[in-house]
Amino acid sequence: MSQPEHSAGTVQDTANPDREALLADLARVLPAAALLFAAEDLKPYECDGLTAYRALPWVVALPQNDEQVVAVLKVCHARHVPVVARGAGTGLSGGATPVVQGVVLSLAKFMRILEIDPLARLARVQPGVRNQAISEAVAPFGLYYAPDPSSQIACTIGGNVAENSGGVHCLKYGLTLHNVLKLRVALMNGEVIEIGSHALDDPGYDLMALMIGSEGMLGVVLEATVKLTPKPRTAQVVMASFDSVIEAGNAVAAIIAAGIIPAGLEMMDKLATAAVEDFVHAGYDLAAAAILLAESDGTVEEVAEEITTMSTLLEQNGARQLRISQSEAERLKYWAGRKAAFPAVGRITPDYLCMDGTIPRKHLSHVLTRIAELSTEYHLRCANVFHAGDGNLHPLIMFDARNPGETERAIAFGAKILELSVDVGGTITGEHGVGIEKVKQMCVQFSREELEAFHAVKAAFDPLTLLNPGKAVPYPRHCSEYRLTGSAR
Amino acid sequence: MTDRIEEFRSRILERKPLRLRGGGSKDFYGGPLSGDVLDTRGYSGIVGYEPTELVITARAGTPLAELESALAARRQVLACEPPHFGNATIGGEITGGATIGGAVAAGLSGPRRAVAGSLRDYVLGVKLMDGEGRELNFGGQVMKNVAGFDVSRLVTGSLGTLGLILEVSLKVMPLPVAQATLRFEMPQDRALDALNGWGGQPVPLAASCWQGDVLTLRLSGAQAAVTAACEKLGGERVAEAEAADFWIALREQTTAFFVGDAPLWRLSVPSVAPPLDLPGAQLIEWGGAQRWLRGAVDVTQLRETAARVGGHASLFRGGDKTGGVFASLSPALMEVHRRLKQSFDPYGVFNPGRLYPEL
Repeated sequence: MSQPEHSAGTVQDTANPDREALLADLARVLPAAALLFAAEDLKPYECDGLTAYRALPWVVALPQNDEQVVAVLKVCHARHVPVVARGAGTGLSGGATPVVQGVVLSLAKFMRILEIDPLARLARVQPGVRNQAISEAVAPFGLYYAPDPSSQIACTIGGNVAENSGGVHCLKYGLTLHNVLKLRVALMNGEVIEIGSHALDDPGYDLMALMIGSEGMLGVVLEATVKLTPKPRTAQVVMASFDSVIEAGNAVAAIIAAGIIPAGLEMMDKLATAAVEDFVHAGYDLAAAAILLAESDGTVEEVAEEITTMSTLLEQNGARQLRISQSEAERLKYWAGRKAAFPAVGRITPDYLCMDGTIPRKHLSHVLTRIAELSTEYHLRCANVFHAGDGNLHPLIMFDARNPGETERAIAFGAKILELSVDVGGTITGEHGVGIEKVKQMCVQFSREELEAFHAVKAAFDPLTLLNPGKAVPYPRHCSEYRLTGSAR
Repeated sequence: MTDRIEEFRSRILERKPLRLRGGGSKDFYGGPLSGDVLDTRGYSGIVGYEPTELVITARAGTPLAELESALAARRQVLACEPPHFGNATIGGEITGGATIGGAVAAGLSGPRRAVAGSLRDYVLGVKLMDGEGRELNFGGQVMKNVAGFDVSRLVTGSLGTLGLILEVSLKVMPLPVAQATLRFEMPQDRALDALNGWGGQPVPLAASCWQGDVLTLRLSGAQAAVTAACEKLGGERVAEAEAADFWIALREQTTAFFVGDAPLWRLSVPSVAPPLDLPGAQLIEWGGAQRWLRGAVDVTQLRETAARVGGHASLFRGGDKTGGVFASLSPALMEVHRRLKQSFDPYGVFNPGRLYPEL
């Protein structure tokens, strides 16, 4: 696979006079400690969670207030220098991979929770506040912030907005999109706009829908007001194991058809189960082809009712083993494996690629069969973790980057899986974003005209294409290159 | 159906202003009407419905009532309860003229909105014809999808100004197992306090309506949860049939409060905003977040009052539209709007002036 221009190398571009002029301008608007430009200081910013792609920017700016962010943007806008906003750098698609000859704008110092209004059930926070820190801060009021991506200990709300992060509870509680009320955003030219409100809607176009999931390409979030949800009184989880993926898929369909929206509904295949059991010892059924975790939350009565119904449906659909958590500790133990699936797989392979397609659930068994065939074809193992409720599939392709050609093979295998997701009516990314990782597969999912429309949307916010350029939306030349090698439409 | 698409395309390519219209049930809504009517009703039909995937896809001209009855047959619903307006029959089947395309273009939600989310929250994908007559697909038929900017939700509530919606995919939800309606005698300030208090607790609230010192509350969810909440909250239990009629009449705005010619203003404010001291009668929904006002009021005073508490006011029905229907946008925001409009509708074909005179 040809690497995108972002990974052109980690050699620092120091001799450029434009860089010197930029540094001088930035030094006028930021304190010295808020500017990093020595190679060793830039190194920690060379990649995000997608470590296969690295690049050293010209400079990393660490502003600590809105005025400084606006000033940095104005300097870069005037000089036509690209800017990549960055939160905790936990993204999995390269959304925060630096642009060579650009600025990384770190929002790490924006860590304050500005307001908690328990009566209005909202919190106003700075973009660098960690996802989990919000739930911790509002816990005394019996509230929490619902979206719970696996990286919630580390990832920031600004990054969640950029990626429209989900989690294991989003079938019932929604994505970031459904849980953010208002944003204050700096545009690339330094203008500040407010989107959304503390009311339930605001006049004009739904720019909130555009901003959330925009992968840092439309504006820089300065402040977010998020919706808080009352904590359920209790929660319980059923763990069921199946002899076939088809049976497990049917059980999921039966639960939904019965009118239940479980708080969580997760599936793991045999390889994933083996990896996590070895890691967390949750007592998973290792002989099963698939494990299902179905959670109910609410009042004690509600949960009892739902757990009974779900257990019956799971049994009717061929569950070979059924276990219901009898305590909070046990519930957390059952979940621990699922939540640790990525690191657990990381223990059994030197490297892995995490895919993120969403498929209509009825095609699950076809897709998993095809992935197994591809696994044989590419000589690479693949474990599957599945947000079964909403169809979001995470195949984890295992490889060893030290073996010549294996990285390329893993990437090619991944590309096939993404194309397969599109073929069955799904999407190449459910929650991790396109970033640079999947930018070429966008050519499979969208027509030239649709991609042009996306570029026009970006231009409406950022006419000079300076904010996180080259991510998420491919240019026609990317697609023509891809079409030469692949099956793009 | 391909003939229809070609017909739409040739109309659009004439580059003359068009008034996109389904059943015309919301002709009253938004800025002044202009342009020749492009009727979407011939482009109708449910394209796909997968109850176990919680997704329905329908052509824009599909009657909302047809879509809802298909869902009801599988005990599913559009959780945000979009209003039909016009021709609604209370107590029986609803035969409103509203189409799903019109509902999405208007982006309006009904009584359950505060709890269940808005129509936009349930839009998964749209097929749109832009000002160049190109068919564009955004989003899709799956619940989690972050490929490309979320244009399908941008289009929701844009009053047809960005393009002709051809097809929409929506997330659907199960019909709640149990429902109950409770009634309380309560002045406005106490009702607002109570609603916000309950909102922070795990109470299965579904809708609320305060008017004339009476607070009506709908609960819905699992049987056990509804039963427990009824015991906890008290109040007077409303009989099932009467309750069903009440909530439909509220959604369709056929109750006495909404009847008559006086202008109807909609104030969208934070639910915790205090009682607003404005002339005219008020009806409050959405746990305090949507406040309706009847009467000829001073527009400037009204908009200022809404803005002061962090909300906005729009002239929903009737009245004098020359002062603008929707609250004005800041220059920077309007510039983004203008550019978006320009890129999807470069020749100003779609519903000019329906949202803002500038668009």
